[in-house]
Amino acid sequence: MNAPNSFRAQPDDRGHFGQFGGRFVAETLMPLVLDLEREYTAAKADPAFQAEFDDLLEHYVGRPSPLYYAERLTDALRENAPEGMGAEIWFKRDELNHTGAHKINNCIGQILLARRMGKTRIIAETGAGQHGVATATVCARFGLPCVIYMGATDVARQQPNVFRMKLLGAEVVPVTSGAATLKDAMNEGLRDWVANVEDTFYIIGTAAGPHPYPELVRDFQSVIGREAREQMLKRTGKLPDLLVAAIGGGSNAIGLFHPFLDDAEVQMLGVEAAGEGLEKRHAASLAGGSPGILHGNRTYLLQDEDGQITEAHSISAGLDYPGIGPEHAWLRDIGRVDYTSVTDTEALDAFQLLCRTEGIIPALEPSHAIAAVAKIARTMPRDKVILANLCGRGDKDIFTVAEALGVSM
Amino acid sequence: MTRLANAFARAADQGRAALVTFVTAGDPMPSATAAILDALVAGGADVIELGMPFTDPMADGPAIQAANLRSLAAGTTTADVLAIAAAFRARHPEVPLVLMGYANPMTRRGPEWFANAARDAGVDGAICVDIPAEEDDSLGEALRAAGLGNVRLATPTTDAARLPAVLEGASGFLYYVSVAGITGLQQAATASIEAAVARLKAATDLPIAVGFGVRTPEQAAAIGRVADGVVVGSAIVELVGRHGADAAEPVRAYIDTLKTALVAARKEVA
Repeated sequence: MNAPNSFRAQPDDRGHFGQFGGRFVAETLMPLVLDLEREYTAAKADPAFQAEFDDLLEHYVGRPSPLYYAERLTDALRENAPEGMGAEIWFKRDELNHTGAHKINNCIGQILLARRMGKTRIIAETGAGQHGVATATVCARFGLPCVIYMGATDVARQQPNVFRMKLLGAEVVPVTSGAATLKDAMNEGLRDWVANVEDTFYIIGTAAGPHPYPELVRDFQSVIGREAREQMLKRTGKLPDLLVAAIGGGSNAIGLFHPFLDDAEVQMLGVEAAGEGLEKRHAASLAGGSPGILHGNRTYLLQDEDGQITEAHSISAGLDYPGIGPEHAWLRDIGRVDYTSVTDTEALDAFQLLCRTEGIIPALEPSHAIAAVAKIARTMPRDKVILANLCGRGDKDIFTVAEALGVSM
Repeated sequence: MTRLANAFARAADQGRAALVTFVTAGDPMPSATAAILDALVAGGADVIELGMPFTDPMADGPAIQAANLRSLAAGTTTADVLAIAAAFRARHPEVPLVLMGYANPMTRRGPEWFANAARDAGVDGAICVDIPAEEDDSLGEALRAAGLGNVRLATPTTDAARLPAVLEGASGFLYYVSVAGITGLQQAATASIEAAVARLKAATDLPIAVGFGVRTPEQAAAIGRVADGVVVGSAIVELVGRHGADAAEPVRAYIDTLKTALVAARKEVA
């Protein structure tokens, strides 16, 4: 495939990223999806919309998030690196956002769209509960009723976030179909939406789903990469050599990567969840999946030869999904971004490494990115710079981590 | 595809709506489906919709979700579904059969593979829930090339501006989903259905079959007075859920009540 003039001009007017993306929804939803596309196009061109988004990100979310040089982690990884090796490691601190993760950036953008469209009821799906908490937060902030669909399995393993959502006034509906995780919550969200088309706005949490969701989620999350690019130039006078981010659906990764896609000297690495290992149960759709159609878009999916979706597994509930955003599928196929995967065990090691070297408790999702950074930093010269997205804080995960480490609390 | 046209024409000649019946293939196991399909025909079904099971039936309500999972738990494969269709065609040379399901199982081996395999199994068309007109090149082109009906869905949200796009490339019949929602839960008011069918008939010559939430003979009759076909799904699937491998006779008896109601429906008015 020939390289396009710009890697930042996707999707096309049908919402396709190469062969991926699109609008694979029931006819009932199609007019809504077209309506959302029209409204988003108008909002993008409206300075008042952008000004309100920027204002809320600054004063409510707490942006810009810091860019941080992780000196002790860099030194720790240099200890067993070959002579002259061990790249500098920097973090984009999106775990310091209000609600503790990058998810809020997107929720602010989408609730402003919902208000603009006159919608009076909000629904969302959630896996780990971070997107559910962020959605419940913006609904409280704007006084809109909120229903969160969450797999019953995830409700059981993420009780603190369930209680947070309830405190914020959301109704949390446990979903018992299928394996009762994120994929099933998304099915139930779509079922609600199709039955409540008049008044309801569906705030999708990742850069996936029918067009225009992958595009608009990416655009709202691209504040991460825009800030990071500017901060890095200001602090170091150059662009980073490598960007690293964890990928479930891929919204924090595309948010970091997208503003750098046309900087040819910047390499990028997306990190999928390899779970128990790629030959066992995992959630690595690119490494272990194939193209198919689910939840509104064509993308890489974990599936069998008949197109039945197989259950994903990751210690991180936020990465526990059998698909990936369509733009990542495209970026992988054209070779602009590299993708790798990290196991549950490697992520747990990285989680503890960051706690001890930097005094930061990361979420299990970015712990996957940190594990990949730890592997690759020692293969890069000391004057190279790696920028990883620390997309969420780990408070929500301490119970899961304790259980995995055999600690009773 | 001529079997579809013939079935609707025959029903019209008899002064009634066609009875279109849905059942999930392989529910509760692949070997049980043939007897249930025969029961649909014996009860008087004019058109068969054979559901292809999928792990993630996101447009379906609880009854058909459960049927999909029962079928998959029994190990039903795409090859099984095609074999069920081929065997049905051998037993019933004239009864039209369309496959209904979701994009991923239908397009897994490529749309051309699916369209050709379905045609070779004696299938007359396909209804894909999550491939709208905008993504027609993902399946519709292959169906038309194989001579199969590309049955599209129209809904209460399909407005006049959008309807021509939905009808472009549609064939076999048009399936009007009478409520914005998932399968099997509620039924729309008859007056709104009548208005919608009139609007659709003004835009196409395709037969209009109306479904979603149709359970009782009275509901079927009310729709049968205004539409070319009445689609019943969840109520049949619930019978299969309740009676399992012994569902054939209860299904036949139920279909018979619907058919009797459809035969009488327009006479009562006249």
